[in-house]
Amino acid sequence: MAGQPQREPKRPGTADPPMVRIALIAIALAFLALFLFIPVIAVFAEALQKGIGAYFAAIADPEARAAIRLTLMTAAIAVPLNVTFGIAASWAIARFDFPGKQTLLTLIDIPFSVSPVISGMLFVLLLGVRAPLGGFLAAHGIKVIFAEPGIVLATIFVTFPLAARELIPIMQAVGSEEEEAAIVLGAGGWQMFFRVTLPNVKWGLLYGLVLCNARAMGEFGAVSVVSGHIRGHTNTMPLYVEILYNDYQFAAAFAVSSLLTLLAIATLIAKRFLERRVVPAKQEQDNLAVKVAA
Amino acid sequence: MATNTKRNNVLPGFGLTLGFTLAYLGIVVLIPISTIFFKTFTLTWPQFWAAVASPRTIAAYRLSFGASIAGALVNSVFGFIVAWSLVRYEFPGKSLIDVMVDLPFALPTSVAGITLTAIYAGNGWIGRYLAPLGIKVAYAPLGVAVALTFVGLPFVVRTIQPVLEDLDQEYEEAAATLGASRLQTFVLVIAPALIPALLTGFALAFARALGEYGSVVFISGNMPMHTEVVPLLIMSKLEQFDYAGATAIAVVMLTVSFVILLGVNMLQRWSSRRLAA
Repeated sequence: MAGQPQREPKRPGTADPPMVRIALIAIALAFLALFLFIPVIAVFAEALQKGIGAYFAAIADPEARAAIRLTLMTAAIAVPLNVTFGIAASWAIARFDFPGKQTLLTLIDIPFSVSPVISGMLFVLLLGVRAPLGGFLAAHGIKVIFAEPGIVLATIFVTFPLAARELIPIMQAVGSEEEEAAIVLGAGGWQMFFRVTLPNVKWGLLYGLVLCNARAMGEFGAVSVVSGHIRGHTNTMPLYVEILYNDYQFAAAFAVSSLLTLLAIATLIAKRFLERRVVPAKQEQDNLAVKVAA
Repeated sequence: MATNTKRNNVLPGFGLTLGFTLAYLGIVVLIPISTIFFKTFTLTWPQFWAAVASPRTIAAYRLSFGASIAGALVNSVFGFIVAWSLVRYEFPGKSLIDVMVDLPFALPTSVAGITLTAIYAGNGWIGRYLAPLGIKVAYAPLGVAVALTFVGLPFVVRTIQPVLEDLDQEYEEAAATLGASRLQTFVLVIAPALIPALLTGFALAFARALGEYGSVVFISGNMPMHTEVVPLLIMSKLEQFDYAGATAIAVVMLTVSFVILLGVNMLQRWSSRRLAA
């Protein structure tokens, strides 16, 4: 790309001695090999240890398919809700001034600082059969904890801040000039949203969606607390991995894990691709700001 | 630099979006979080104390805090080297590595847990070379530290990397011109600029490690008093329907997390002030 800034030319005063450079790169590579690359390779090696036939049999197992279905369903509920929240929150926070904005930002971050086990536990305390609200629901035949609704709720909680956190800075960076122009020229609120706001933040929105989805499909601790581990019924893929592993079905556990690993790698690639589109948009705005200031 | 576009705002949707934001925040986050504090108030003081200060709990705190600090320290040292290599050097495979650093964010923790266990078990790819040396990783406290290093890995790299990219190399040139050795330049010019980012990365990795469950549960072996971390202890209390005990310990851990979060916020404010000055 022509617009990409070229790496700065070598500056003699800032170069490290070649020995130092080689040693540091070697240490960095060894550390990452140990903690990132060997584990990824190990997932696939363990998954295929009993051959490709066993691998596909493990994935096609009815219980595995039920787990895949529940994982997809959970993400299909949690992700749109949290992305909608992200759009609403970023609009309110980036476009308007109101008292308590800083507090609101801190509150949005809460789920990040809560341990997954405690996140799941909150819903057991709130909606378990012994809690007033949970007891009321149980009396009306609605089972939340140790059932699918609990899994969905816990997932919504742990992925709550992800989309909002990505969208707020992007919404701020894009600025509101184009939207104000649209309104002044007579556009309605939704018209402005779909024609101006959404196209402006689309890459950031997709970025938030990808991160939110990865966490929603991969969450383990929180859903583990609320799932109740009923085989073939309330298992998401990460929970099913645990069940297979504890049953000493190692090859099958790693076969299901390999699907989740592929999802993780796809997420990382999508993330990098989207970052390149989100960041130039911000830089363009910065350049514009510089031009206006000058 | 406040823009005054927000005054006399012509944009619509403030009431709708803020209303939805607050309602959703309340239902999804605030009501569930408040239950834990309400539940705590139903405990008597001796009940609370018995849960948070029993020998088993104290052993779990010790392991959780110790292994989390160890993991965050390892990540501070090696994460710094990784960030430095990625920003300052060119080498083959660099962009692949830059992408892969975020793997612990994206990989489900149960997958990380069983994989690390398989690698570090006595017959695993790495464990088999450590076993003859008498080093036991899986099913030992060292395994907990390995898992917590894995989950915290991206934090230090990703907090230092942008600061290092923005660091103006003119200061280093100036130092070199004035006769400083490369080491002096590093210690006196570069390192001070990176300290806030390094501390932030350390704190974030530590906080993440403290609450981690999935990747630890497999590799630790879960022996009470020996390899049981706090989230695991909470889990086992929940499984025995000891909700009072689980709540009491959870409140202690939540308080610690919030204090760390507050510290990180203050760190970031401090460093942005320093950069602005």
